[in-house]
Amino acid sequence: MNEKLEQIRQEAIRQIENSDALEKLNEIKVNFLGKKGELTAVLKSMKDVAPEDRPKVGQLVNETRAEIEKVLEQAIKKMENIKREAQMKAEVIDVTLPAKKNQVGHSHPNVIAMEEVQRIFIGMGYEVVEGPEIETDYYNFEALNIPADHPAKDEQDTFYINGDFLLRTQTSGTQVHVMEQGKLPIRMIAPGRVFRSDEVDATHSPSFHQIEGLVIDKHITFADLKGTLAEFSKELFGADTKVRFRPHHFNFTEPSAEMDISCFKCGGEGCRFCKGTGWIEILGCGMVHPNVLKMSKIDPEEYTGFAFGIGLERIALLKYEIDDMRLLYENDARFLKQF
Amino acid sequence: MNTALSWIKAYVPELDCTPQEYLDAMTLSGTKVETYECLDKNLKDIYVGQILSIERHPDADKLIVCQVDLGDKKLQIVTGAPNVKVGDKVPVVVDGGKVAGGHDGGPLPEDGIVIKNGKLRGVESFGMMCSIEELGSDRNMYPEAPENGIYIFPEDTKVGADAIEVLGLHDTVFEYEITSNRVDCYSVLGIAREAAATFDKPFIAPEVKVNECSDKIEDYISVEVKDTDLCPRFCARVVKNIKIAPSPEWMQRRLAASGIRPINNLVDITNYVMEEYGQPMHAYDLDTIEGKKIIVKRANDGDTFMTLDGQERKLDGEMLMINDASKAIGIAGIMGGENSKITDDVKTVCFEAATFNGANVRKSAKRLGLRTDASGKFEKGLDPRNALDAINRACSLIEELGCGEVVSGVVDVCEPLKELNRIKFRPERINELLGTDIDADTMLKIFKKLELVYDEANGEIVIPSFRQDLEGIADLAEEVARFYGYDKIPSTLPSGEATTGKLPFKLRVEAIARQVAQYCGFSQGMCYSFESPKVYDKLLIDENDVIRNAIVISNPLGEDFSIMRTISLNGMLTSLSTNYNRRNANVRLYEMGNIYIADKLPLEKLPDERMQFTLGGYGDIDFFGMKGVVEEFFDAVGISGKIEYDPNAGKNFLHPGRQALIKYQGSILGYLGEVHPEVADNYELGTKTYVAVIDMPNVLPFASFDRKYVGLAKYPAVSRDISMVVPKEIMVGQIETMIAQRGGKILENLNLFDIYEGSQIKEGYKSVAYNITFRAKDRTLNEEDINGAMKKILNGLESMGIELRA
Repeated sequence: MNEKLEQIRQEAIRQIENSDALEKLNEIKVNFLGKKGELTAVLKSMKDVAPEDRPKVGQLVNETRAEIEKVLEQAIKKMENIKREAQMKAEVIDVTLPAKKNQVGHSHPNVIAMEEVQRIFIGMGYEVVEGPEIETDYYNFEALNIPADHPAKDEQDTFYINGDFLLRTQTSGTQVHVMEQGKLPIRMIAPGRVFRSDEVDATHSPSFHQIEGLVIDKHITFADLKGTLAEFSKELFGADTKVRFRPHHFNFTEPSAEMDISCFKCGGEGCRFCKGTGWIEILGCGMVHPNVLKMSKIDPEEYTGFAFGIGLERIALLKYEIDDMRLLYENDARFLKQF
Repeated sequence: MNTALSWIKAYVPELDCTPQEYLDAMTLSGTKVETYECLDKNLKDIYVGQILSIERHPDADKLIVCQVDLGDKKLQIVTGAPNVKVGDKVPVVVDGGKVAGGHDGGPLPEDGIVIKNGKLRGVESFGMMCSIEELGSDRNMYPEAPENGIYIFPEDTKVGADAIEVLGLHDTVFEYEITSNRVDCYSVLGIAREAAATFDKPFIAPEVKVNECSDKIEDYISVEVKDTDLCPRFCARVVKNIKIAPSPEWMQRRLAASGIRPINNLVDITNYVMEEYGQPMHAYDLDTIEGKKIIVKRANDGDTFMTLDGQERKLDGEMLMINDASKAIGIAGIMGGENSKITDDVKTVCFEAATFNGANVRKSAKRLGLRTDASGKFEKGLDPRNALDAINRACSLIEELGCGEVVSGVVDVCEPLKELNRIKFRPERINELLGTDIDADTMLKIFKKLELVYDEANGEIVIPSFRQDLEGIADLAEEVARFYGYDKIPSTLPSGEATTGKLPFKLRVEAIARQVAQYCGFSQGMCYSFESPKVYDKLLIDENDVIRNAIVISNPLGEDFSIMRTISLNGMLTSLSTNYNRRNANVRLYEMGNIYIADKLPLEKLPDERMQFTLGGYGDIDFFGMKGVVEEFFDAVGISGKIEYDPNAGKNFLHPGRQALIKYQGSILGYLGEVHPEVADNYELGTKTYVAVIDMPNVLPFASFDRKYVGLAKYPAVSRDISMVVPKEIMVGQIETMIAQRGGKILENLNLFDIYEGSQIKEGYKSVAYNITFRAKDRTLNEEDINGAMKKILNGLESMGIELRA
């Protein structure tokens, strides 16, 4: 019996080793281990074995079966590997062929800049507010300390509908709408479209965008204005950005300033981009003029505040080095795709 | 405003800094310097030489050989200039020196031109004689220079002197950007005062002294101001025995640097004083003034007047005129008349220095289309106190220059001058506003530099009349900040109550719309809010459609930008057309922008600004693609119920068979469709184009970001396919409504998987097939449940005239 089993074992292993296909291995499995296989036949012939030898023979049969199974399994695995390798070899692709892209749309550069600015100020606790694009003379001028007949009205080249209504020239009017609601303190930004009668050219557009900011509270100082806008500039233009405040004039703020940032192209050393000065003018700002507070029924002795206005197109043009403002309103897909 | 540094230094003699230092310091103290130009930047080694002899060049007809004395040496110079003669004193650039430009006066090279010894047609030349153009200037600024040839100095010029110096070109011209509140800084004295304060140097105002002759002004002229509202002050002085001559070179150089062409002593003095004091002046030929009388009053509507530039001007009743006893002789503050202008034969001159209402001058100038240097100054609103100082300064210059004899006395017709403004000095409040800790003494020192006087007894700061911009404590705070240094003010963050950053709901919904559009391949465009009224014809909009009731801009940039848009499609179609005609394939754009709907025209209250989410595209898109984007958006903003598409949208600009109104719970959320072929032609769109317009204000009430989780199904679904033959006019939407109604609670989903019209289907019918899924939340459905539901559905469909296919 032992010899028989040894013979089966050797025969099985020989056949397995000589096999060159999975099908053959399966055949071997059936032939040796299957219900009508040779090992099964041995088991079936156990009745011819002396009872006292049966456990020993049984053990031997099981050992033989285990060994054949093990060898068979290894062989199958090896064969499968060979087959998979062959298949993968046949499936080699040229990875430099063009990508199949989904057509995904792109944000307008203005809006990217606007959302950046919004994100920063929302993070600092500012509420975003919108105001009307067609405004009354009162909100656009008078309530901002620009009385009738003031030359600033001419400077701004206003589009008028009629005497009372006009296309807002600045988002600053939204300040007044918010102050009039009488809820203090105020921390707001007002993004939006504004209009001035400039002919269209590479650096002018009769319609552009501003973001107005306003903070009103007790004990707000010019130092707060400086600190806030310095933080903002670092967020928007990079942590190394330096800011510089220059005295300026706006009717609705006093003291007023223009803010420059250190040129983000040359880091302040002077280049073509900053016209050699190392600085880029970025926004106008100042402490809210007491007259403006009074007109909105806020006591300028109790409350103070600061305001600032940022030109979005200016930021978009600077950040993306766009050299012609007209591109922003042409909507050429090849342009828009770049943002 | 452009001014030579030498002029500023005339009043701040101790000023000593490089041009760049000056630019930086002035800019940071609030007088912004835009740029500067060193007039001598490309001029080097140029001296005054005297021509000793001239010989003809042996080999060139057009050249001459000159021996030139430069004081310490004599040089031989060959030139082709036609105008020099022996004895002339000329600018000579020597070997290694530099000139600014070529003799043709063309654009100046960036780094100038280096001059070297050389040979001209075989004869050695050791330098070059220069024209005014080669020195970087021109005959506008140096009127005495010859039109073509070498500049010739006056006879008394010292040989060997630095020619650049003699010509006044060792100077720097600064260009300032003056803010509108600083009327005083539109003058050399104003800027000099700022410069003195900035550099902490003394400011020395010009000395004004008029000797006067014995004649009395009363015998020459009287002035009557009838419209004092427009003319608070009118000063006049008379100068007799006028001797017209060129003004001295220092005056010419300063005017030239300011961009004002020197003419003669009289004109130059009025211009000089205008620049120096910021007070425009006018000179009348007194002999042309009838009745020895000046009357200041408004014109009559429809009058005409010939200004001194020879143009006939049409006047109206709000324009202020200067008249004599019988006629107008000038438009106040804008331009004098042809009839009283100064000629070379003038004997007696009447100077005017007046203060006119700035707004009136501005508006008159605008209506006349005539803005002058003078009107530009007046419209800012001048200080009446300045007028008298300025006219006296002019008279003192008249005497200094020997231009005439000043008649004794001034005619000064003046409304009571406003008291000087006083502001309570509250140093602690200034520190509160600035966030600083500056002591009161430092503040007072700054005020003193600015000629703001401290009235200690009353604790008030007295504001000089030239600083009309200083009204209250905030203004004083700015003065302190400017000279303390904006850069020295600390940088802090606001303290106080914390606030929550917020994006309003409307903007959140718009952000979602933008996101969805971009996921779906649409890029964001931006269009103008104003457009042409012709847009409505292009879009085939009915003659009497209310959509044509657009708000009109009264002063548009042109007809093409004259109305506020009432429909967003023109911008979209124009943009698509731009892309199409640039051969950009498969373009998808969206825009988020307002339309402006007036309740009533002319406008009586603010219009309704309706945000429109406009989508458009051509190429790889069709009606149902566009519909898909729209529905993705509605899904994203939580509009989950049934959206209806009404084919009777009534939009002329869309294909009549391919348009739909988008309705939800009775509201119209927008429309979509294929652009009408005629409209496509109007926009030169040679391809099928699809658009959708979502009216955001109507979407907002239904939008919501609330989501509730629905449990994942535990029990199996059962599905049934039905195939039917449907009369063509029945829309699948109607079938779906019927199935939804009849399917009951267990109806989970219905999915159209086939629609077919053609040969196997009878005429006037189409084949439609649905896969319907049923599922219950709480149990496994049995045959009866399904059959019951299906039966109801089938009955319903039959009642619509639909036949089931086997």
